[in-house]
Amino acid sequence: MKPRHKKLLAIGVVVAVLGIVVMLVLNAFRSNLVFFFSPTEVAEGKAPKDRAFRIGGLIEMGSIQRSGDGMTLIFKVTDTAHSIPVTYQGVVPDLFKEGKGAVAEGRIGTDGRFTATTVLAKHDENYMPPEAASAIEQAQKAKATLKE
Amino acid sequence: MIPEIGHFALILALLLALVQSVLPLIGAQTGNARFLAVARPAAQAQFLFVVLAYACLVTAFLQNDFSVRNVALNSFSQLPAVYRFTASWGSHEGSMLLWALILAFWTMAVSVLSRRLPEDMVARVIGIMGLISVGFIAFLLFTSNPFDRLLPAPPDGRDLNPLLQDPGMVLHPPMLYMGYVGFSVTFAFAIAALLSGKLDAAWARWSRPWTTVAWTFLTMGIALGSWWAYIELGWGGWWFWDPTENASFMPWLAGTALIHSLAVTEKRGVFKSWTVLLAITAFSLSLLGTFLVRSGVLSSVHAFATDPARGAFILGFLALVIGGSLLLYALRAPTMLGSARFAAYSRESLLLANNVVLVSALGSVLLGTLYPLFLDALGMGKISVGAPYFNAVFVPLMVPVLFLMAVGPLTRWKGASLPDIVVRLRLAFAVAVVAAVAVPLAAGEFKPWVALGVGLAVWIVYGVALGFTDRLKHGSNLLALPRGFWGMQLAHLSMAFGIVGIALVSGYESQRNVKMAVGDTAQLAGYTFTFKGTEAYEGPNFHAARGHLVVKSASGSEFTLRPEKRLYNAGGMPMTEAGINYGVLRDIYVAMGEEIEPQVWTISLFYKPFIDWLWFAAALMALGGALAASDRRYRIALKDKATA
Repeated sequence: MKPRHKKLLAIGVVVAVLGIVVMLVLNAFRSNLVFFFSPTEVAEGKAPKDRAFRIGGLIEMGSIQRSGDGMTLIFKVTDTAHSIPVTYQGVVPDLFKEGKGAVAEGRIGTDGRFTATTVLAKHDENYMPPEAASAIEQAQKAKATLKE
Repeated sequence: MIPEIGHFALILALLLALVQSVLPLIGAQTGNARFLAVARPAAQAQFLFVVLAYACLVTAFLQNDFSVRNVALNSFSQLPAVYRFTASWGSHEGSMLLWALILAFWTMAVSVLSRRLPEDMVARVIGIMGLISVGFIAFLLFTSNPFDRLLPAPPDGRDLNPLLQDPGMVLHPPMLYMGYVGFSVTFAFAIAALLSGKLDAAWARWSRPWTTVAWTFLTMGIALGSWWAYIELGWGGWWFWDPTENASFMPWLAGTALIHSLAVTEKRGVFKSWTVLLAITAFSLSLLGTFLVRSGVLSSVHAFATDPARGAFILGFLALVIGGSLLLYALRAPTMLGSARFAAYSRESLLLANNVVLVSALGSVLLGTLYPLFLDALGMGKISVGAPYFNAVFVPLMVPVLFLMAVGPLTRWKGASLPDIVVRLRLAFAVAVVAAVAVPLAAGEFKPWVALGVGLAVWIVYGVALGFTDRLKHGSNLLALPRGFWGMQLAHLSMAFGIVGIALVSGYESQRNVKMAVGDTAQLAGYTFTFKGTEAYEGPNFHAARGHLVVKSASGSEFTLRPEKRLYNAGGMPMTEAGINYGVLRDIYVAMGEEIEPQVWTISLFYKPFIDWLWFAAALMALGGALAASDRRYRIALKDKATA
């Protein structure tokens, strides 16, 4: 092989590898992006019915219930304007408490009930998941404009 | 008084860092020998004053001086002394001061260990590291002063975040920072070479041990962080593709690529400008990691404070360092093109393939980490990129890297024969395929990813063994082999252990969440768990319910696990301490959830096969790095000068 051909071959191989990588990435990206919706957006029907997404806000006071087996939790996530009922099976984080912020990832059923596969809460007492914080902020703003 | 001394020492350190950067850099450009001579003493003095500042901060923590805001927010009178010490870097301010301290330490190390290097090179390296010091110390003094007073002083502190009160957290931050900041040495060498125009094999040889040492520390830091997450978060997970983890993993990937490309640049004088670019990338990603984790951009335990001034400062600094170095690179690199001749099949070409794939993997992690931030910043919605994305992209990309890992070290520089290597590795391939089929079947269920992992591991082990027999055939004995060779082989071997651990734990782990009253039993993976109830106990700064579970294996052996649910006195924050029984073949891991009725708990039971192989692999990898960095030829370089 002439040096020029070698160089072309090397470049070709690199381009091919990068092509495969880009394909992999875009494919995985499309199917694994998880979008965030606030309880108000979910109540307005803006959330997708056929794929997983995240909701976040405060856990409504007095809303946490346990089913018979003790491992299924039912609670409501609220942004102070709307609240969404959530079912979750499993162990919740240490800082999962009524009145505190949380983010849940899962799918919404036809009955409007959100079935969570993951529940995230705060890492320490002073910290609120930013998604939950922004959902509440948006709802408060919307309320304020309504009152005016 | 002591905090003020610390503050003053930090101001002096800033001034010394200015001297350390400006004079030597001017001296190197103009050939002024007196300016050049300033570099070493200035760097050493700067180190002393940063040490003094850090000692003052530690003293304030140990003495419970709650009139210092940083101490009041991050310590507590009941906190055990070891955690009062580690709390000194548990906060944003403290961790930035630790950054500055470690940077000063590395600079001092360069100033002591660089006697063989040309004076102008040393002056440039120390000068560039001085510029970085200036940036960090200024950042501390102007936006994040760890010595700020809080008056009137509160009677007690708010306590260190309980998540950080763990043995794993004692060493994780310093190790990680030794790695991050260690790349500043390689970076400074690269910039110095660009400035001087001398981008030669000697430059690559000087850079190599520093890069390897930094990479070794980073490896240990990441592994400690992963181990911490495993034992402390109570989910039994060890890697979450969390942005903060990615922030440390990206410099590691760049550093790994850099170690390999430096080898080519030193031995064969090719890939020069690519190596320089990787050196810039590795350090830029270290800075980016610091920015991501410490500025509050990411939502996590690491994001201590959200202060726009800090974010703006770090972003500006980042833009200056990355933009400036890339501009210099663009101006200088084209004038220094070396010969780029190598055969299509040679060790060079395989290492090039290694670099292409590692950098692609790095790019995919970078995209998944930064894309949500960009979308959010542009107001285009909040998204998250979860573990499935990273697994789908990263794992397939690692397959060719691991495959070539066995082939590369057996391939000659300049050019090798492809048929030869095929013949040599024929048997290895057969053994790997047999193992890939046999091991998952023996484990009870065939899983393709487990098969692939086991096959690759066996393939790598075989390659390493061939590497040793090759050397021994030529008459040397095992102990006489150079440490560089040992280091490379051990690091490669550690990957085999790591893959086995990852493949088997991902493939065969199992978990159950159960409700247990006293006397209840539950089954998992052939083990019988009996809950004997909980007892109350008082820790130094928390009170806890300590569970008592008796676990019986299928073979009849018995052991006890004592998971805890703690409530910390200062903030009332609950914490789960897992109960773990470690084993070579599996961990049994138990975490208590909630007490739903008196003495009735939700409990998570985990069976984690081969997970400890991961930590062993990391330790072996670090040992490999340490051996490679202490290779004889680097030590001779030092000794020659000492006796001369």
